[in-house]
Amino acid sequence: MSSSDSAASRPANPRVALFVTCLVDLFRPSVGFAAVKLLEGAGCRVAVPALQTCCGQPAFNSGDRETARAIARQVIDAFAGYDYVVVPSGSCGGMLHEHYSALFADDADLAARAGDFGKRCHELISFLVDVMGVSAVAARYAGTATYHDSCSGLRELSVKAQPRRLLASVAGLKLTELPGAEVCCGFGGTFCVKYPEISDRMVADKTRDIVATGADTLLAGDMGCLLNIAGKLRRDGHRVRVRHVAEVLAGALDEPAIGEPATEHAQARHTGV
Amino acid sequence: MQSTSHSFKDNARAAMANPTLQRAMGNMRHGFLAKRLAAIDRLPEFDALRDRARDIKNHALEHLDVYLEAWEAKVVSAGGHVHWARDAEEARRIVLAICQRLDARTVTKGKSMIAEEIALNPFLEANGIVPVETDLGEYIIQIRNESPSHIIAPAIHLVQDQIEQSFREIHTQFDRDRPLVEPRQLVDEARGVLRDKFIAADVGITGANFLVAETGSSIIVTNEGNGDLTQTLTKAHIVVTSLEKIVPTLEDAQTILRVLARSATGQEYSVYTTVSTGPRRPNDLDGPGEYHVVLLDNGRSRMLGTEFQDMLRCIRCGACMNHCPVYATVGGHAYGWVYPGPMGAVLTPSLIGVDEAGHLPNASTFCGKCESVCPMRIPLPKMMRHWREREFERHLSPAAMRWGIAAWAFLAKRPKLYRWVSGLTANVLGLLGRAHGSFRNLPLAGGWTLGRDMPTPQGETFHRAWARRRPRGTHS
Repeated sequence: MSSSDSAASRPANPRVALFVTCLVDLFRPSVGFAAVKLLEGAGCRVAVPALQTCCGQPAFNSGDRETARAIARQVIDAFAGYDYVVVPSGSCGGMLHEHYSALFADDADLAARAGDFGKRCHELISFLVDVMGVSAVAARYAGTATYHDSCSGLRELSVKAQPRRLLASVAGLKLTELPGAEVCCGFGGTFCVKYPEISDRMVADKTRDIVATGADTLLAGDMGCLLNIAGKLRRDGHRVRVRHVAEVLAGALDEPAIGEPATEHAQARHTGV
Repeated sequence: MQSTSHSFKDNARAAMANPTLQRAMGNMRHGFLAKRLAAIDRLPEFDALRDRARDIKNHALEHLDVYLEAWEAKVVSAGGHVHWARDAEEARRIVLAICQRLDARTVTKGKSMIAEEIALNPFLEANGIVPVETDLGEYIIQIRNESPSHIIAPAIHLVQDQIEQSFREIHTQFDRDRPLVEPRQLVDEARGVLRDKFIAADVGITGANFLVAETGSSIIVTNEGNGDLTQTLTKAHIVVTSLEKIVPTLEDAQTILRVLARSATGQEYSVYTTVSTGPRRPNDLDGPGEYHVVLLDNGRSRMLGTEFQDMLRCIRCGACMNHCPVYATVGGHAYGWVYPGPMGAVLTPSLIGVDEAGHLPNASTFCGKCESVCPMRIPLPKMMRHWREREFERHLSPAAMRWGIAAWAFLAKRPKLYRWVSGLTANVLGLLGRAHGSFRNLPLAGGWTLGRDMPTPQGETFHRAWARRRPRGTHS
């Protein structure tokens, strides 16, 4: 879809429901607030439906179709009546956008509802750029960042140029490309639980590439990848700061980076690094 | 071939602990990928060709009976023979009967994954017939008594030193101090050894990349020309193949060939594309005395009409495994049977049962890279998920995982209770871990914290913080 198509048909101040995602809710609410700030800055009226928990991927990808369907129906009901549903995650975004309608293939009414719902769902950064027409942000970041393309966002939702475009407008930020940016980090949802050793080896390859760029910051658009990458960097003693891309775009840097100790963060803030 | 797919975890662990294998996999990682990209860049209509290739195979699969019977009639009219084999056992016996009737002592073999699938070599050996692999990679693993670890690059798990060592052990007819450090020297030595085998062989066995209904032909693609020598110099050419290789016309085969080599090795075309139709005719200069096709089903017809039918479009290019980060980490042998990587994760449970191969469709992060490079647009992750659904329905998935999903689902379906539990969890973990930033150990996350830390939650869930900061911003 081209940005002009969707921009032409959208209301000037659309009503946007934020799908927070379970990982942002539990681990990193600052990403949710950064998303709200970015959306409101783009002219959206943001609401957070209360009856949301998770998109259902853990069940869907474990073969538990019935549970996935039950959760999908719950989500579709909770998010009825908004112009858009926006998610700060390509993985959950892909689930809502791509997979819900497939879950109801045997029920024409539900499939139609899920299809309509899916069309209204967007990953945060691509929504800002492609639908709201945002081309720059008023944020500042002192440092060199590299960017990891999370798999579902990249391949299911074509999130690739949008985050780079907005990051290019962040004052003080230098973006250096990550070799193998499109290679999976090994998180894989339940995969990292079922095959932790393989997952660990994959994220070791990823962090080796990240460290080799010399960047001081690693950004991505998915909490799963970010927890995985930050956890590996921390364990191996690398001080690369790991943040969700929305935090940098919103200038929401008060909280320590992912996995960063509070003292280290305070020290870094103090010295202005 | 005896499967060890049920031991995938152990196989993977051993593979990750094997430095030589890791070195070999590291060498592989970049070559195929860069070459494929360069080849595709030179062909703007590549994606349109993928659509056409997909449509051709879909059409052939929808009318499989019609095209197979038409093909068989053409094979027979060209003087060849078609042998329908329900399973591996039948296929082996058919091949053996032909060899025995011709008093065959040695058979040469072109590279064939179907021959691997039916475990032909050990069966022939047990019956006093010597099979000689003539594809260089297959020859190397045959003398090392190994199985292929990749469907187009069977010896990709080896580094050059290992090949040199094997040649020195096996080729004792040559000077012990001969130089064998350049790839060219290894290739020339194998070529010299194999030349005599081609001439001595009684029967030549190849696989087939395509069967063409229009002409009754079989087509193979190779880069070494070994297939041609295998099939033209012998008393009989036996093609061992499977029924989904059928395409309606030569034009159709040609269309698919345009995406095959580009996806596989990044070549525009394989060095040799060989079309075989029947045995040698009276005025032909060369060719086999007899032409047989052993057409294997082995579970494929059961996939028709199911959610796994699309898998039968596979043309065995190997692009999915070349690009798979899990395959790159554990190598092909970890998958435990003939077909590794993403295509194996779908096909293996179909052919040997999900009870045995249940790990394979689970050992994927669903990163989607395989589907994005598949020239036949096979939705591999979707089909792996279908296998997970079957496992879940049949209670084959591990109890701990089922219990975990059930407990999580109980909460996820009850937003208020979920909110309370997640709020408490965030509080407790936030308090415990905030100073350090991450946990080195965490109950129930033992696998994760084996090699990485678990970052600490910020301490308050988003929903609680939101309700506090924007009491009127929440809609129920």
